Amino acid sequence: MEELDGEPTVTLIPGVNSKKKQMCFDWGPGEMLVCETSFNKKEKSETVPGCPFIYIIRKDIDVYSQILRKLFNESHGIFVGLQRIEEELTGKSRKAQLVRVSKNYRSVIRACMEEMHQAAIAAKDPASGRQFSSQVSILSAMELIWNLCEILFIEVAPAGPLLLHLLDWVRLHVCEVDSLLADVLGSENPSKHESFWNLVTILVLQGRLDEARQMLSKEADVSPTSAGMCRILGDLMRTMPVLSPGNTQTLTELELKWQHWHEECERHLQDGTFASSPHLESLCKIMLGDEAALLEQKELLNNWYHFLVTRLLYSHPTVKPIDLHFYAQSSLDLFLGGESSPEPLDNILMAAFEFDIHQVIKECSIALSNWWFVAHLTDLLDHCKLLQSHNLYFGSNMREFLLLEYASGLFAHHSLWQLGVDYFDYCPELGRVSLELHIERIPLSTEQKALKVLRICEQRQMTEQVRSICKILAMKAVRNNRLGSALSWSIRAKDAAFATLVSDRFLRDYCERGCFSDLDLIDNLGPAMMLSDRLTFLGKYREFHRFYGEKRFFDAASLLLSLMTSQIAPRCFWVTLLTDALPLLEQKQVIFTTEQTYELMRCLEDLASGRPVRGEPGAQRLQEDIENTKLEMLRLALARNLARAIIKEGSLEGS
Amino acid sequence: MEEIYAKFVSQKISKTRWRPVPPGSLQTAETFATGSWDNEENYVSLWSIGDLGNVDSDGGFEGEHQLLCDIKHHGDVMDLQFFDQERIVAASSTGCVTVFLHHPNNQTLSVSQQWPTAHYHTGPGSPSRSSAPCTGVVCDNPEIVTVGEDGRINLFRADHKEAVRTIDNADSSTLHAVTFLRTPEILTVNSIGQLKIWDFRKQGNEPSQILSLTGDRVPLHCVDRHPNQQHVVATGGQDGMLSIWDVRQGTMPVSLLKAHEAEMWEVHFHPSNPDHLFTCSEDGSLWHWDASTDVPEKSSLFNQGGRSSTFLSHSISNQANVHQSLISSWLSTDPAKDRIEITSLLPSRTLSVNSLDVLGPCLVCGTDAEAIYVTRQLFS
Repeated sequence: MEELDGEPTVTLIPGVNSKKKQMCFDWGPGEMLVCETSFNKKEKSETVPGCPFIYIIRKDIDVYSQILRKLFNESHGIFVGLQRIEEELTGKSRKAQLVRVSKNYRSVIRACMEEMHQAAIAAKDPASGRQFSSQVSILSAMELIWNLCEILFIEVAPAGPLLLHLLDWVRLHVCEVDSLLADVLGSENPSKHESFWNLVTILVLQGRLDEARQMLSKEADVSPTSAGMCRILGDLMRTMPVLSPGNTQTLTELELKWQHWHEECERHLQDGTFASSPHLESLCKIMLGDEAALLEQKELLNNWYHFLVTRLLYSHPTVKPIDLHFYAQSSLDLFLGGESSPEPLDNILMAAFEFDIHQVIKECSIALSNWWFVAHLTDLLDHCKLLQSHNLYFGSNMREFLLLEYASGLFAHHSLWQLGVDYFDYCPELGRVSLELHIERIPLSTEQKALKVLRICEQRQMTEQVRSICKILAMKAVRNNRLGSALSWSIRAKDAAFATLVSDRFLRDYCERGCFSDLDLIDNLGPAMMLSDRLTFLGKYREFHRFYGEKRFFDAASLLLSLMTSQIAPRCFWVTLLTDALPLLEQKQVIFTTEQTYELMRCLEDLASGRPVRGEPGAQRLQEDIENTKLEMLRLALARNLARAIIKEGSLEGS
Repeated sequence: MEEIYAKFVSQKISKTRWRPVPPGSLQTAETFATGSWDNEENYVSLWSIGDLGNVDSDGGFEGEHQLLCDIKHHGDVMDLQFFDQERIVAASSTGCVTVFLHHPNNQTLSVSQQWPTAHYHTGPGSPSRSSAPCTGVVCDNPEIVTVGEDGRINLFRADHKEAVRTIDNADSSTLHAVTFLRTPEILTVNSIGQLKIWDFRKQGNEPSQILSLTGDRVPLHCVDRHPNQQHVVATGGQDGMLSIWDVRQGTMPVSLLKAHEAEMWEVHFHPSNPDHLFTCSEDGSLWHWDASTDVPEKSSLFNQGGRSSTFLSHSISNQANVHQSLISSWLSTDPAKDRIEITSLLPSRTLSVNSLDVLGPCLVCGTDAEAIYVTRQLFS
């Protein structure tokens, strides 16, 4: 076992006092049941009325957020798409594809964040407003981490472009500047705006030098004294060598130019060019990458990773990925200055800068309240072939473990279970068994829902589950007196035993009422009739009735006989069948041949000999008398028919 | 490429329906209703696709549909139909049938009428009733017909508190959908692959006609009638097959077309352009079937062999219909595969597409992936 990564958080259950009472619990797939036990300590024997509730404790609470549901649904599509692009692509196009997928995920997070933000503004009570706001900051942190991982692990930007990506990253996440920019430019006299210098500084810190230069020219316009200085600084900004995406220059060239430019900046500073304007001087110092000057702008930098990127921009523009962690660590130390300790987000980002993917995922799992983020990020990184070496000492690999956790959470949800199915599908090792366990627990409120669940099982050849679902539905139908439905379900499940049971119910109903119900089904059984003997009998017996109704007496007679001789008809039903033969025997024309009549007689005698000896009194006796009368009538009818048949056959042969 | 807008709505959508435009008006569809299912709380909602006048060509959010109002619905919404401009009839998995009234002034929905136990099971030997899901509803002002898992058919009238007519045990299996054939005849499909025609003028619980697929008893899930030729009917089955029937003749479908890979949940003829047909399925696809492609030698009923000639000899009065069917592109049997053009309307496979509706150039569909898709340029 590994040691714990942190103190587990304590969740207090309202209404339960764990100090006084003992608790018991049981694990579920995504939830836990907790209740008080009456198992008291011995010395305290007084019986205090216990808490009558059983509590359901959910781990993955974010699943229940209305807005996050959109995130889950939309990202489900991206996830499935990602699993399908797979193998056929290699090299560059594959990387481009993966980056696109990553961007899609991020845009979904951003859309969600946007909506959550609107909800926070529109919230009526402050409590829910706060809740929405905290969700916004969580989503924002998720996007920040994802974006950094995208740059470092998926894009794998080399020295040079790496810094450009990091700049974009910072610009995207420190976006207050845009509203400030609009605010300042919108004012009557921009350069006299109270935040004018703040704005210019932020622009420089973010490397948005063109915009900074424009602002400086505004300042130059209104104050002739500083116009010269502004122009010089503006020129420095303009001439700063940067790597542009379409440019073919090599890193060494760039480094050389940059060095040159850096020296020029330094010269201006030493010459005291900007000595008369503290604002411009501090800007120049920033552009020299002066750490002290940068740290003075702590307020404007907001956070250490902004500091890191600015510092890299103005002192190590061609930083290599491998050196990142060194600068990151020192930036963090410098920025916090020993005043505060790093927060979970800082640790996660630091782990990313150290290229320690596992640490990133681990820290995220601990810090975030949902599995969505780690499951999807890990899956994406796994598709980048970055996680293969790592195996867990439990379950299968990390990707699968996280996906299973996430999907189980979805299955615990009342209606998101359908999404979970696809996640299980893409877990090669334990996905199938997990799906089997979960799918059986879906409540089947309507047939439509049952059909959807059935379809999921049938597509995956989960025969056991198909059978059990059909059986549940058949059982329900029987309970609701819907025999036709019950029979259809047992036919679909190929459940012979249950089909027999339902057929018996049909036959019993027939004996009681003298007519069949649900003819539309029984008349159209087709090959399904062969499922069970009793069902075959039911179908054939009904066919007999149809023949009889259509006055096809010869067909009816031979069918009736074959039902008995082939032993399909249950013994208990023979009396009924023989009684059914009576009207045929009494027809004007001879229906049964001599052969058939002998067969019928044998059946009758079989039946009579198998009957228990008489002796019981009362009502039973009466019943038996009726039966005996029936038998006598049958014997008589058979004998008469035999006589007629012999005559007829004899005369036919004679003629 | 048709522009199609998707919006995620945080509830699984079971039904989508356009509000009918007033007869004779030149308006296009702009409001639709949706029903949700399998949520802890289900809703019937009304959406607007906004003012068609100010659509920017550069896309963006103008095309998105906005929620007008919604109301809680007890149980899954199993089916949904507009009764008239203001009223919506919803079928519930609790067996309840509710008429909702839309108040356009303050954009709210209210319950205007309810039949709480329209569909129910009676347990064996006990008088107690347990509710049975109502699976389908169809309206033809002032009549409302509902069918359910209990195999029962109810005929309601908007102003009557009790059912006008109930056919108990109309079907031994589950009835999945219902549509009007020609008043007072209705058409139902069931879970053992049968199509039944019922005439409300007849007493008793026997259908006036049963049509069925042979042998396999593949459940049928949806049915729609050709808007102009009332004898032409399309159904969709559990195996995703599209069947076209001519209910005047034979007991078997005229053509069977291989379509989706899983349950076909809905099929709709285009109301004003019936050579076009739309289907959606559990496999997450939405298809547009176009039979209007110009083929000079359209095969007609006469080419179908002896059957149609015997039909002709039956009555002369039906001849008008026969001529009409000459122009029906759906009844010609054999070369159908080559003549019907099929396009898939959704950009990528998603979870089940449960429902769709078409009106004019507009189409709306709803999915289990909790998204509503709308397009306003069907024939562009």
